[in-house]
Amino acid sequence: MSELEIRAHVASSPGALGGAARRVSATELITALLSLFLLTAAIAPQLVAPGDPLAIDPLSAFAAPSVAHGFGTDESGRDIYTRVVHGTGNSLLIGAAATAIGLGLGLLLGVLAGTLGRAVDFTVNRLLEVLFAFPGLLLALVFILIFGPGVATATIAVGLSTAPGYARIIRAQVLSVRSSAFVEAATVQGLGRAGILTRHILPNTLTPLLVLGTLGIGQAIVWAATLSYLGLGATPPAAEWGAMLSAGRTYITSAWWMSFFPGLFIVLTAVTATVLGRSIERRLRHA
Amino acid sequence: MPRRPAPDDSRITRGVPARSGGARLVMRVLGAVGVLWLVATLTFFAVRLIPGDPAQAILGGPGSQASAEALAAVRAEYGLDQPLLVQYLAQLGRLATGDLGRSYALNMDVGPLVMSQIGGTLLLAVLALALAWLLALSLATWSTRGGGVARRIGSGLEIVAAALPHFWLATSLIVVFSIWWGVLPPISTSGAIGLVLPVVTLAVPLAGFLGQLMRESLLTALESPFVLSARARGESERGVRWVHALRHAALPAVNLSGWAFGSLISGAVVVETIFARPGLGRTLLNAVTVRDVPVVVGVVLIVALAYILMTVLTDVAARIIDPRLRLA
Repeated sequence: MSELEIRAHVASSPGALGGAARRVSATELITALLSLFLLTAAIAPQLVAPGDPLAIDPLSAFAAPSVAHGFGTDESGRDIYTRVVHGTGNSLLIGAAATAIGLGLGLLLGVLAGTLGRAVDFTVNRLLEVLFAFPGLLLALVFILIFGPGVATATIAVGLSTAPGYARIIRAQVLSVRSSAFVEAATVQGLGRAGILTRHILPNTLTPLLVLGTLGIGQAIVWAATLSYLGLGATPPAAEWGAMLSAGRTYITSAWWMSFFPGLFIVLTAVTATVLGRSIERRLRHA
Repeated sequence: MPRRPAPDDSRITRGVPARSGGARLVMRVLGAVGVLWLVATLTFFAVRLIPGDPAQAILGGPGSQASAEALAAVRAEYGLDQPLLVQYLAQLGRLATGDLGRSYALNMDVGPLVMSQIGGTLLLAVLALALAWLLALSLATWSTRGGGVARRIGSGLEIVAAALPHFWLATSLIVVFSIWWGVLPPISTSGAIGLVLPVVTLAVPLAGFLGQLMRESLLTALESPFVLSARARGESERGVRWVHALRHAALPAVNLSGWAFGSLISGAVVVETIFARPGLGRTLLNAVTVRDVPVVVGVVLIVALAYILMTVLTDVAARIIDPRLRLA
């Protein structure tokens, strides 16, 4: 199993977020509000943080969190809250792009393995086994070794590292649809291989992708931020959460808020994505 | 909508006839050797994609202004003037004898370098794995014994723990325990006290994942017929939980040990860097930063080998815990 497969497995278990399907629970309400806040911060940061993220004010440098500066200020007196909110767009975009790459590759491999017969299935499975032998960030580190550090390579690297997990889940889904009674009925009625793929297998594989992508984006954001923190992704002047945390590391003894709040937003985003993914899964299942 | 199938569907898709335990183990080991060979092949050819002349990199990068003679000498010494296929076979031959090549940057062989660093990382990983198991098990048993509120708290804690990035958890722990309270060192010294923060940092996110799985399978097990019959026989609640249900709860977590090990090694890259602890993870990050190709390849191959061994071992362990698997 991979991290993504654990998330997907737990999300699809009957116990995850129990309760009646029709009712909107308090957890779901909070999650929806948080998602709305994060999306607003990503698309129109001015609405939730009207200040200028680059405005320096040396007189109030290293100010601790207060009423004026809720998250404190950094070494040039820039407001941390404003900077964190303005960094949301970058971090979410990197996470979404990495998820899209992982999901796209996973879909390609999973559908190929699930539909083109045993030889292809065998080959794809061996490839996945090889990729799984580079656990966690190791595949991403090898990719960065070859193509050099930077935002673009880090994003692709994260996408690539998550692709095997998506591929294995999608392959299993394709196989289970293929062996179902309605596909058998369609085959008996004379629907060809291409027709079965487009009319039955793909539609039934695509619905769970929404859940998978939502569950996976949190992981992608955490990994991309880790690469930035290690100096292999986005670098400090950029308003990206991992890079901001890395910049705050120098002042950790005197100004903890510089590294605490960007990280808090990463955790908040990852938790929101997980709960949202589970909630969508549950609603799709009961629909 | 069709239900999501269980992640492992190998029994559904392939009509492999049942084999005896021994034959199955041999097949498993042969498969593992095959995967290892593919890993070595993939890294060999992937590394060829790096732009620039490897001979130049060996002599200290583009800034070194190495003479043409020096470059030619290095090419001959490392066999870089040979055809690709010859280089590939030579590389496989060296790997088969345990020779991982020589570091570009550190003026030492990769094998001894890895051996000198692996102990610290393994110690960290084993302690973190043990702590993660303990945390996950306590949370899972506590939250399934209580009512709905306990379950919600347990589930919430696990989701948050699984979402914690190592680097943020590490810096937050340093702020609280080293800077504010001054009880634990921010730099991992050789003593046991220096291990506390790195181990906790690695264990907590892992416990989040393990806990989610354990609680889910514990709940499933507690509702199954064999637990009902154990209760009907008059076994105590404690006996039912510890003897019957926990065995089922442990199974998914045992299956996950290979993944957990891999995620710990990748977490060690971050943790060893933050706590300035010597180890495999920090060596790997330094090598990636200065593009020391043989060291990166060497560390990655060792981790892949360990990962593959772990998956074979967990496969065997799962069969010991769950007798049903032996029949499959």
